[in-house]
Amino acid sequence: MGGEELPGLLVYEIGGIHGILHGHVAFLKKHFYLITMKEFLENKKNMSKKVQAIYLWWHKPVIDQELLQSLPNLKVIAKSGVGMDHLDLKLVASFGVKMANTRCAVSSSTADTGMGLLLASARRLVEGYHIAVSSGIQYCEADFLGVEVTGATLGIIGMGSIGYKIALRAKAFEMNILYHNRRRRKEQEEQAVGTTYCEKIDSLLQQADFVMVVVSLTPQTRNLIGKREMELMKPTATLINISRGAVVDQEALVAALQTGVIRAAALDVTYPEPLPRDHVLLKLKNVIITPHLGIKTDKATYMITEEAVENILAALNGLPMPNEVLPS
Amino acid sequence: MEGQEIPYVLIDCVGGKHGVYEDHAELLKKHFHLITMKEYLENKEFLGKKIRAIYLWYHKPVINEELLQSLPNLKIVASSGVGIDHLDLNLLSSYGVKVSNTPFVVSSDTADLGMALMLASSRRLVEGHQIAVSPDTEYFPADWLGTEVSGATLGIVGMGTIGYKVAQRAKAFEMKILYHNRNRRNEEEESAVGATYCKRIDDLLQQSDFVLLSVTLTPQTHKLIGKRELKLMKPTATLINVSRGLVVDQDALVEALQTNIIKAAALDVTYPEPLPRDHPLLKLKNVIITPHIGSATKKTRRLMMENMMESIQAGLTGLPIPNEVFL
Repeated sequence: MGGEELPGLLVYEIGGIHGILHGHVAFLKKHFYLITMKEFLENKKNMSKKVQAIYLWWHKPVIDQELLQSLPNLKVIAKSGVGMDHLDLKLVASFGVKMANTRCAVSSSTADTGMGLLLASARRLVEGYHIAVSSGIQYCEADFLGVEVTGATLGIIGMGSIGYKIALRAKAFEMNILYHNRRRRKEQEEQAVGTTYCEKIDSLLQQADFVMVVVSLTPQTRNLIGKREMELMKPTATLINISRGAVVDQEALVAALQTGVIRAAALDVTYPEPLPRDHVLLKLKNVIITPHLGIKTDKATYMITEEAVENILAALNGLPMPNEVLPS
Repeated sequence: MEGQEIPYVLIDCVGGKHGVYEDHAELLKKHFHLITMKEYLENKEFLGKKIRAIYLWYHKPVINEELLQSLPNLKIVASSGVGIDHLDLNLLSSYGVKVSNTPFVVSSDTADLGMALMLASSRRLVEGHQIAVSPDTEYFPADWLGTEVSGATLGIVGMGTIGYKVAQRAKAFEMKILYHNRNRRNEEEESAVGATYCKRIDDLLQQSDFVLLSVTLTPQTHKLIGKRELKLMKPTATLINVSRGLVVDQDALVEALQTNIIKAAALDVTYPEPLPRDHPLLKLKNVIITPHIGSATKKTRRLMMENMMESIQAGLTGLPIPNEVFL
């Protein structure tokens, strides 16, 4: 122990818009010597050799060639959340640096967000709230109707760990669950949640009352849900997106919502985030937008940091990383 | 069957804010001669004797002694929804009038709304939407957090049909479920949802992260949740009410929310409905209120109407009445 320094961990900043949460700092400092980007840039000569790991919180700091070149002892980058779409995995790997995400910590929280948005949209919760508290006299109870969730058909696009947790929750609402995925799940897994595989996405889109998008953003899933897909959906259906804004063709979505091609949408993600303040989506009555809430709870964020630390320590000690992400 | 007219049924009105829906009225008119209150008041002498049933849609028309006295052939009142706290059952019984409600058809929707309110409150969905669409928003702050539902403890006060359906749903969110009820459910029912009975409501209140009220309003449940109960709750807990506004001492609730005795509340019901526009509950940031939409889906409202129609038809032909409410 004597004289041995803790490994240097580079983070963007502490607190603020994109910083590491204050509540996590004590835990991080137990294992690492924390260096913020500001400190690094002010003292590159001394700091650059100390940095052995980077902890990305909400995609910051930006990892580019210049940064990688200035960190000769960098061994691992761990990022919060599960999406890796903003990282150049090949570039990072070319420097011999390992990468990890925190996929285990995020699934329940994100699944809860998905269900919360589905229910809020179906039951017109946000609209109802405004009516209930508005100072105007538009209050009307009896003719304010939503659509049923119990017994409805849910189509899950992307049946990874988050999609599966959504299926588990939806089953308790006696929903009829369809799913579409790159790979079919095992029979046991399908039976446990009572879900039916749709090899063709079209089949899912045509039957679902609620379409929940839970895929990773990849070149294959960019604009996965476009004009064609929305036209296949029922006019009474709701689209829920908790994956990435770019998975949905946003312009096509606006048109679909304005012309009744689909009933409503609930979006935890958009492109960009936040949307420009004059964007049409912000004004549509049949849209709920939330500020990328997916994992924003005390518990989930703390678990994310714990998981990131676990992966970083494993990499620094030459052990297998629980959530290593390899460039595909 | 000869000479038998289709029955005259009194309703409040069709359309407008609280009236019978136009499309429901179309079906009802195939079986009943619908008389609105306006039509009745304009022709009391003739219509008073004809009316044999009242179709009570959202607690209207109001039934009092005066009305009962002028409807000598009234046999049955069919009331929409499950709550019957707005009816004087003793009075109706004294006039020999039977009563029906629509208990089971509303349960899934109400349980769904309870879950919706719990998720919306804990994850700050309404606030989040406001941030997402506000003209002043420049960025989404990283340190803006909600509370986890998965794995938290839910205390259900009132484990009837609705409460039990909430438990079934909450189980899938890996929630720890406690419940308090007049009668304990049987072991099988408890283990199917992983619910633990709390004989004393205090035990439930002290352990729960979310307290959900799904009791019937009775003299015993009036102000069931007051200052004492709110103080027993965790300061990090949320109160969800899908039963009746009067189950909660509303003034005590306002105080508790203002002084951080509890964290938040999500209310589908208040007293009165709607609240006066200057009521403090409307201004509190940690409160979500919805306009009594527990059973407000197209499908369920249609089923309610069909159930009520059935009950009236049975009541008028002397058959056993589905969903009859007994004293």
